[in-house]
Amino acid sequence: MSTITLNDTHNNDHHDGHDHGHHKQSFITKYVFSQDHKMIAKQFLITGIVMAVIAMGLSILFRIQLAWPDKSFPFLETFLGKWAEGGRIKPDFYLALVTIHGTIMVFFVLTAGLSGTFSNLLIPLQLGVRDMASPFMNMLSYWFFFTACVIMMASFFIETGPASAGWTVYPPLSALPKAIPGSGLGMTLWLASMFIFVASQLMGGINYVSTVLNMRTKGMDLWKMPLTIWAFFLTAILGILSFPVLVAGVVLLIFDRSFGTSFYLSDIVMGTQVLPNQGGSPILWQHLFWFLGHPEVYIVIMPALGISSEVISVNSRKPIFGYHAMVYSLIGITILSFIVWGHHMFVTGMNPLLGGVFMITTLIIAVPSAVKTFNYLATLWRGNIRFTPAMLCAIGMVSFFISGGLTGIFLGNASLDINLHDTYFVVAHFHLVMGSAAIFGMLAGVYHWYPKMFGRMMNAKLGYLHFWVTFICAYLVFFPLHFLGLDGVPRRYYAFTEFEFMQKWVTVNIFVTWSAIVAALAQVAFLFNFFYSIFFGKKATQNPWEANTLEWTTPVEHIHGNWPGEIPTVYRWPYDYSKPGAEEDYIPQTVPYSQTMSSNMPHDFEGNAESERIQREWDAKNNPDKADVHFH
Amino acid sequence: MSLRKFISNKTIAALAVIVTVFANTSAFAQEAAAGAATAAVAKPVDMFPIYKSIAFYAMLFLLLCLFIAIVGKAMRVYELTREAQEKSAGINWDTVNGVLFVLFLIVGLYGVYFEYTVHGHMILPDAASEHGQKIDQMFNITLILTTIVFIGTHIVLFSFSYFYKHSGKRKAYYYPHNNALERIWTIVPALVLTVLVLMGFLTWRSIFFKIEDPNHKPLSIEITSQQFAWTIRYPGADGVVGLKNYKLITGVNALGMDFKDKNNLDDQTADELVIPVNKPVRLILTSKDVLHSFYMPHFRIQLNTVPGMTSYFEFTPTITTADMQTKVNDPAFKFLFYCSKICGSGHYNMQKVVRVVSQAEYDAWVIKQPKIINNDLRKAFNLPIVPEAAAPAASAPADSTAKPAKDSAAVAMNKPALKK
Repeated sequence: MSTITLNDTHNNDHHDGHDHGHHKQSFITKYVFSQDHKMIAKQFLITGIVMAVIAMGLSILFRIQLAWPDKSFPFLETFLGKWAEGGRIKPDFYLALVTIHGTIMVFFVLTAGLSGTFSNLLIPLQLGVRDMASPFMNMLSYWFFFTACVIMMASFFIETGPASAGWTVYPPLSALPKAIPGSGLGMTLWLASMFIFVASQLMGGINYVSTVLNMRTKGMDLWKMPLTIWAFFLTAILGILSFPVLVAGVVLLIFDRSFGTSFYLSDIVMGTQVLPNQGGSPILWQHLFWFLGHPEVYIVIMPALGISSEVISVNSRKPIFGYHAMVYSLIGITILSFIVWGHHMFVTGMNPLLGGVFMITTLIIAVPSAVKTFNYLATLWRGNIRFTPAMLCAIGMVSFFISGGLTGIFLGNASLDINLHDTYFVVAHFHLVMGSAAIFGMLAGVYHWYPKMFGRMMNAKLGYLHFWVTFICAYLVFFPLHFLGLDGVPRRYYAFTEFEFMQKWVTVNIFVTWSAIVAALAQVAFLFNFFYSIFFGKKATQNPWEANTLEWTTPVEHIHGNWPGEIPTVYRWPYDYSKPGAEEDYIPQTVPYSQTMSSNMPHDFEGNAESERIQREWDAKNNPDKADVHFH
Repeated sequence: MSLRKFISNKTIAALAVIVTVFANTSAFAQEAAAGAATAAVAKPVDMFPIYKSIAFYAMLFLLLCLFIAIVGKAMRVYELTREAQEKSAGINWDTVNGVLFVLFLIVGLYGVYFEYTVHGHMILPDAASEHGQKIDQMFNITLILTTIVFIGTHIVLFSFSYFYKHSGKRKAYYYPHNNALERIWTIVPALVLTVLVLMGFLTWRSIFFKIEDPNHKPLSIEITSQQFAWTIRYPGADGVVGLKNYKLITGVNALGMDFKDKNNLDDQTADELVIPVNKPVRLILTSKDVLHSFYMPHFRIQLNTVPGMTSYFEFTPTITTADMQTKVNDPAFKFLFYCSKICGSGHYNMQKVVRVVSQAEYDAWVIKQPKIINNDLRKAFNLPIVPEAAAPAASAPADSTAKPAKDSAAVAMNKPALKK
């Protein structure tokens, strides 16, 4: 009998098939208000996928507008009504599309969908924990997130339309309904949604951190944790420290909008109407927003990096190169990400001296990122690479991380940023490094842990198709956009029709739009694969990828509490792949060194003299060559 | 054999569906054409409404899905037959993907070359300002460095993917760490970045921390943004842009200039930004309503305009518009400045022309620009009214001494306060 605490008190009739105190659950407690981390992970994932599809749809709408600004598309009017009268999207609504696309993608897909899903799934499973530290709070975290999504989507169904001041909602534009219709009720909903979303993230984050710190199984010290867990752990810390600042900013903005304060407003005249606000500064919002906003991009990318580390290691059949360096670079990124927010504000009129300082810190953060990249490459070197769809996505992730990261060196340089700020170069940069790279990390995670989540396999061939089309199209979409930026084309332009020099980019826009449409259609392959395989996929085996980590020691069939009987003990780090002397090319973390005498290495014992003596004796008896090499 | 039969049945069924779909689309096309082609008989079928109909694309997509499904099934059958015949697995997907990565690398490298050469030639011409040349130089250095890393790491990434693809005969090389290597690829990027940071920092300082030369004072020009328009204000003969206060903004006093300040009396407005070449210009940037961004890319200038805060950008243009026209071989070429910070529905069309001219041309031009002050404003600020005849800017400077002429006030009322 296990010692798990079950939170399910509604049903007391015991399920006969199990002997670990498993209760029969009603539909509501099992699928809706579930407190089981695996179910919550699935809820996060499916909500994230739904939101991603919506946000992708929005992007296709505005891509159509950009490619064919003069043509009318009757179907747009069918869907959008007065926002696309005569089949042409209106400028206000175009901005709303851009805003909501960004908000959904950054917050709901890449923050909640990514770290919500995989932190919930993997932290307990890879650390040998029955469930999260606080399952109830975990459930609340999901339902707050869900509410935030509903509120955000509700803004499409109001008279004045959704928020349309860009996803960064800079006041005064976002504070004054007179400036743009979207800053009316739509903006109020946006702020309410963000407020609830942050609450959700905090509950999730506190749970992740306390679970990681307190509940690891026997033997699982911090340096035996898989890199995924390190990434989720540090991401959660980042979130806990930075999200409250956004809430502070949001509350002040709500006050400015609804209660007549002047935190962000001063010296404003709308038309000829002089507003009474005095003494505020729009720059304050930018500081508060980017104090979250910049860590936020690392909140998005770090889980993707963690997932890729795990997937690349498993599928190269090699230990991740430089495990410690990987952890230290994650820690470095975590710390540095708090002091680089000013690089979003080089040309806002912020004191130029500050700009110089932020440039230095920004370019320093490129160093740990470079270390990670080189370590991935070194992991692939002389590996035995199995191209599962997850592995393909992880390699794609590394590629996007390099491409997008390098353009960051331009933007992080304050002098170069003068001319690149708010142009398509920025759009191209962050869609590669934080959009595509993070999405590919997320897809790698979905493909890799799908058997763990649903007990079935996804179809690999559809996965290949999905990967290749998406990978190629993502480059086709975002690579040319750099050059628009270098030509001085600003982002968030409704149409390129008013400028002579932008005419030459219209053909590029058409090409980009078609690529985006093809990429969007390729997602149908993924969606079909995902939902079809839940019900009809091939049944998964317990450890389909032959991986070392603990989650693959749980039964395929989900049980509340994860392990029937005792929680496994951990003896070794998670990356003993293709260890010389071992029979298999992987040694799970639960295998003690006493069972792998033929493959043990001196540094495995971390200076434990007794173990080293035993190993030496064993080697002398069974493997004299090795004894000579390692122990003199 | 029954499997074969099954697949052939399926194929036949699929073919039937394809035929039906094609029949439908062509019937659809004919219908649309019949509607359009009432006048001409031999007119080609107008496909445009069809290209715009969702049904057309939905069907195309379904067709594609069907095709993929058939290919998928065929592969499955092939693999099953191989399995049944106890031969090695049909398709080695590791090889396929490895080869695809190499192909992607080769095609991708060509794509990058194409982008750099074709789209790379469509970007902004060389900077037309002193600091812009420094920025361009640094851009080029950064571009070369990052391109080397970009190409190098991608060659490594994709060729490793190809060379180390799975093989049953081989075991991966257990290589958990190498501190020397780690040190190298920490220190080398750190050094390169240090160089870039230092260069960037010095350039940044040289742009924003200028030492004022008393003999060579910059020309001050104030730019005010408001939703979807810019107002340009020249300092007039005194070279000083006068004080303003947003609370003074009215229908006639669009900028809220305080005419109690003498410096305002000779301020002029203009419809385009005309600046003399090789003379320092100091832009004074302000905003009336929301955030905008003053973006003048040919000169590598961008700075947000913030309500409640004045920001400054000093630069020296080095190329005249005429020279640039010959340089880029386009007689219609114009320098522009426009808005690059989201500011509302008209954000995409908020531009003004910039003209860089010789000092002589500038002097001749600036004298013709109208003064902002007019009799309505004089009245509002209790200043003596000037007869209309004396109002044109070309007349005597400092018109505060002109005698009040109440009878001409009615005429002056009709004069617009500001040229937009």
